[in-house]
Amino acid sequence: MSLAARVTTLIVAVLAVVGGVIFVVAHYLLGGPPTVDFAAATSGQVNVTMQTDASSDPAVVLDHPTWVSYFIKSPASGSWVHTTLFQVPAHTRVNVTIYGYDGSTPVRNQVWGQVTGTTSGVADYGGKPVKTVNGWNGPYLIQHTFAIPSLNLSVPVEAGPATCTTGPCTNNQHSTTTFSFMTPAQPGAYRWQCFVPCGLSYLDGNGGPMQTIGYMTGNMQVVS
Amino acid sequence: MPAADGTAADGTGRPEPNHGLRIFLLWLPVALVADLLIWFVWGPHLPPGAMSTSAATQQSAIKIMSVMAAPVMALVLVYGAYALVVWRHREGDDEDGPPIHGNTRVSVTWIGVTSVIVLSLAVFGTVELAGPAGAGAGEGNTPIWRPSGGTPLQVQVIGQQWRWTYRYPQFGGFETTSLMLPVGENVQFNVTSLDVIHSFWAYQLGVKADANPGVNNVAYTKPEHTGQVQVRCAELCGLWHADMTTAGQVVSLSAFNTWTASTRAQLAALTRNLPPYTLTYDANAVAQLGKVFQKAGLNGAGGGFYGSQYPVQP
Repeated sequence: MSLAARVTTLIVAVLAVVGGVIFVVAHYLLGGPPTVDFAAATSGQVNVTMQTDASSDPAVVLDHPTWVSYFIKSPASGSWVHTTLFQVPAHTRVNVTIYGYDGSTPVRNQVWGQVTGTTSGVADYGGKPVKTVNGWNGPYLIQHTFAIPSLNLSVPVEAGPATCTTGPCTNNQHSTTTFSFMTPAQPGAYRWQCFVPCGLSYLDGNGGPMQTIGYMTGNMQVVS
Repeated sequence: MPAADGTAADGTGRPEPNHGLRIFLLWLPVALVADLLIWFVWGPHLPPGAMSTSAATQQSAIKIMSVMAAPVMALVLVYGAYALVVWRHREGDDEDGPPIHGNTRVSVTWIGVTSVIVLSLAVFGTVELAGPAGAGAGEGNTPIWRPSGGTPLQVQVIGQQWRWTYRYPQFGGFETTSLMLPVGENVQFNVTSLDVIHSFWAYQLGVKADANPGVNNVAYTKPEHTGQVQVRCAELCGLWHADMTTAGQVVSLSAFNTWTASTRAQLAALTRNLPPYTLTYDANAVAQLGKVFQKAGLNGAGGGFYGSQYPVQP
């Protein structure tokens, strides 16, 4: 092999390795979903608005638009952000509103049909307080849950009419689940997740969006 | 090295000392001190403590095995140190060492002693596993070793990504995220999973049992002290495996009875929604259990579970 060919091979190999490192860092380490900041609390409370969708606009969600997903409304811009990461102040009341655009999927374990950890002990479905929902037999049905296990917070999200299947949706045909909870005094990352196995086409619904931050699980970052 | 004629290698002509006796005299106090430290100082703090019969059994087994292993380790270290000091290379000594031949007596002693230690520990370990009803390990659906006495408290442990729940069939079958146990009572854990493989690890109780979907894995223990129990998942089970932890409590029998009565009443509405108590649960049975889903003919993506007909893996 000539000297020029050997030098060229070496340069290509170095570039390939460097390119691979840059791709891994950019795609996996720095390329996560953004964090929506609710840290600017007014009068000791913040309002967090989310929506759930059966799938997403491929122009908005590039990675897995066919996956079921949460969106969070940015308090700064008012636009829907495809993320499950949000930041709230410590020891603050968080008022959560979830617009349910997805249809019904049963909880695998009916334990997650019970509301726990909210300030009032219940959640509101369209203004009606509910404590325990029978996700298998109604009258209310469930599509997902919003749960922060370390705070013992667990709220089943009411199923929606599924008239809009490509998020972020903006029409008014959705279920509305509201509840409030207090953030802990201790700053840190608090994992939240959906307990309904809703990963379509994955074995027993466990894979895909259930295992990926930005879809059906994420972190609530509590800051002091 | 000693010279071939039996005199010391330093050229003084002195007779070769009894190295075996020297090593033994050095090893004896080291081994004795190590064993005493292990038994009296380190032993009481060895994992997993002594909160339950199974935990105490594990701790004592580790203590005994450590006490037996320490002299062996001490002998290796003392011999090594002795060789480094006594048989080190000396200035001006460029002579080759004498040829080494096998020493039958040393070989037989070494092999005999270590064989006795290993085999006796194997028997001891087996007896320790059998004696205290499986020593807190999962014994499968048909346990060989069971605690004596009456019917133990039944606690069903249900793993799901990523949280543990506990069902108490002897108290109406309520299910809760809290693990509460009475002190001084035999407990039978029936461990299962609703999705992937987990492992129920109640550290302070010395209980560890795999949680497999469709399988009931039985483990026994008897809490002997009140206090807090850390429960972890010991089987890599997905994104939030490391966060699959809960805190349990061992309380007095009266406090446990008060808790079960209040929790049973508090969760009555939820308990009515639960499926009948069974030792395992079929992830695909919800469509049959739920009238809504039966009526709508839903399954798969329409509202039931995405069962084994969807073998796509992430």
